[in-house]
Amino acid sequence: MTSPAKTELVTVNIDGKEIAVPKGTNVIEAARLVGVDVPHYCYHPKLSVVGNCRMCLVEMGMPAVDPATKAPVMDPATGCQKINWIPRPQIGCATNASPGLHIRTQTPQIRDCREGVMEFLLINHPLDCPICDQAGECKLQEQSTGYGRGYSRFVEQKNVKPKRTQLGPRVTLDDERCILCSRCIRFSKEIAKDDVLGFIDRGSYSTLTCYPGRKLENNYSLNTVDICPVGALTSTDFRFKMRVWFLKQTNSLDTESSVGANTVVWSREGVIYRITPRRNDAVNDTWMADSGRLLYKAVRAESRLTAKDSLAALLARAETILRLSPGLAAVVGSGQSSVEEQFLTRQLAHALNAPAYLVSRTAEGDGILVSADRNPNVRGALVTGLVSDLPQPYLDDLGEAIDRGDVRTVVSVGEDLMAAGLSATQLAKISVIQLGTQVCASSVAASVVIPTLTVFEKAGTMINQQFRLQRFAKAVAGPVGAFDDLEVLARLIAAAGGPAEPSDLAGVWTRLAAEIPALRGLSYAAVPETGVVLDASPWASLPFVEGESLHHRPALVAASA
Amino acid sequence: MPVIPVERKPLTLAERTYLPQIVHGLKTTFRHLVAPNVTLEYPEQRPEIPGGYRGVPTLVRDPNGREKCVSCQLCEFVCPPKAIRITPGEIAPDSPQAHVERAPQAFDIDMLRCIYCGLCQEVCPEEAIWLQTQYSMTGYTREEMVNHKDRLYELGGTLPDAHHKWDKKKAAENAAAHGGHH
Repeated sequence: MTSPAKTELVTVNIDGKEIAVPKGTNVIEAARLVGVDVPHYCYHPKLSVVGNCRMCLVEMGMPAVDPATKAPVMDPATGCQKINWIPRPQIGCATNASPGLHIRTQTPQIRDCREGVMEFLLINHPLDCPICDQAGECKLQEQSTGYGRGYSRFVEQKNVKPKRTQLGPRVTLDDERCILCSRCIRFSKEIAKDDVLGFIDRGSYSTLTCYPGRKLENNYSLNTVDICPVGALTSTDFRFKMRVWFLKQTNSLDTESSVGANTVVWSREGVIYRITPRRNDAVNDTWMADSGRLLYKAVRAESRLTAKDSLAALLARAETILRLSPGLAAVVGSGQSSVEEQFLTRQLAHALNAPAYLVSRTAEGDGILVSADRNPNVRGALVTGLVSDLPQPYLDDLGEAIDRGDVRTVVSVGEDLMAAGLSATQLAKISVIQLGTQVCASSVAASVVIPTLTVFEKAGTMINQQFRLQRFAKAVAGPVGAFDDLEVLARLIAAAGGPAEPSDLAGVWTRLAAEIPALRGLSYAAVPETGVVLDASPWASLPFVEGESLHHRPALVAASA
Repeated sequence: MPVIPVERKPLTLAERTYLPQIVHGLKTTFRHLVAPNVTLEYPEQRPEIPGGYRGVPTLVRDPNGREKCVSCQLCEFVCPPKAIRITPGEIAPDSPQAHVERAPQAFDIDMLRCIYCGLCQEVCPEEAIWLQTQYSMTGYTREEMVNHKDRLYELGGTLPDAHHKWDKKKAAENAAAHGGHH
């Protein structure tokens, strides 16, 4: 985590424990640091503080000083400075740490406050946890086990509000469950910069709704579902699909762009159900784009490649092709491969004595968490030495080499050569060994197709736009007939007559740490969950395409062609 | 080892004739000849099932024919032998039960796994799954021993339920739509 190098620390006392925190830290965050949980709904560490749920009430006091002399007033009973406690509770989220601040969270008064707030929140809340998707990760559910009454004193009829409102293409709203915390409103306004949500009507009639004629359809709308403390906002894609308590969480990365947002992949028995953001204060805070959440659909896509033959049979055919035209091969790597795969791709190019190419994918960045470079790991190709310059969108050089007859065989590691600018006539002139996960024009034209794994089915690392090396872990097992990329590449290197390369992650990392200067001393296991920033100075002069985005300011603004 | 000499008592005349013992034994025989039969001729005869018996788990409908299960999957979670498997689903918006929102798309109970513990019934927040009086499950294949949703409702029948929780919910919605309580 990055924090400003020089921050003034103040000492506060929370439930009798002293802790020094940066000035301005609020009581909820300070309490978290000493392991005290202050329940809250509306407060979110990455949004502005509004203080409207009143759940985080705490008792607050300051050391007593004599009004006239400013001398500390001592308590003869304890021998310490007397604490003047404020008789009424204060909200923790809007109370900032100041020197000598004393906080109590475990007194009978605070317990009464929390129980009172819970009772009011539950007055109109439909107790439909059995049909609510939030059950299991619902703050209201959690707090009611601690501070709920267990029975209701409310004899009147509960409010009726709109249910199943489609706020946008991906978000469904149940207004009855809403506790009016306004997190979603603040998120839309402050982070997504798309101020479409708001409350209408007053008192118990208050209802969350979209601005008339607008929809919650920006590419960050599903973050409102993540931060909703109750089940009011639900994801239309995940709605009623699976209960969250069955799902296994695996840390992964968003591979839609070079931002490399940290994610959690939620799966059960080899089926992925959803992807949510994982907090990384240096990369994506607690957010991610909606588009990245749909990437898991590729795992079970109709177009998924699987082989009926064994890997040995496929490799034998690949070897025959590689032996047919020695010295006339080319390797097309991918900015979507992991660092380890790119390293082995480089080794494959060395073994074949072939040039290595990379294909760029660019589109307009949104300035938040989707950057202009839609390859997640172009920097990995630079760091591992697969390529030395930024990739081009089309393989024109390779096309010319094919036309000249200098290239007869192309090994494509996950790239669609047709989409990368090679024509059908050019493809017809060469033999293609295609690695990949999805059917594409290139795999149809290929002589040998070796199906590989998606990012969810393997582990590895990627280097994002900040030159931050980040890990992703294996969430689910790959399908039958798809093979591990590292193993395929290592065996292809052997088939090409190259030296024996390791085919497991730890082995490749031993090689990476030894061969790649930027990765010296690192290993897969040693990469922290929040990533590690590499020395980017060797590539500082390259005109990277990314613009400014959350937590990233490009060193050199690209002179776009 | 100390030896204790035991003196054997001489048999009486009655004991030496064996007749009282034979008569005593025959008394038991003759009593059973005339006593009512305790053997149940299963399967022609079936035992009476006591209340609280834990038979085959079944799904029930409410008196209006609505399937009570909302596929919350708590039974699937609590099931110790993992016999229950549910695929949750959404009720079509044009259905009269649309206000309940959820219903199981598929509901399978593997009776080869079920241990009749009744935790599913205990945990069910909708009183939709009941271990009833059916105790005899047979089949020729493993597949036959999996009770699918249709079979579970066929076994379960209707629960004479007095709560009508969801009907009240719908009534409140209708009242609100006609300008009643908001």
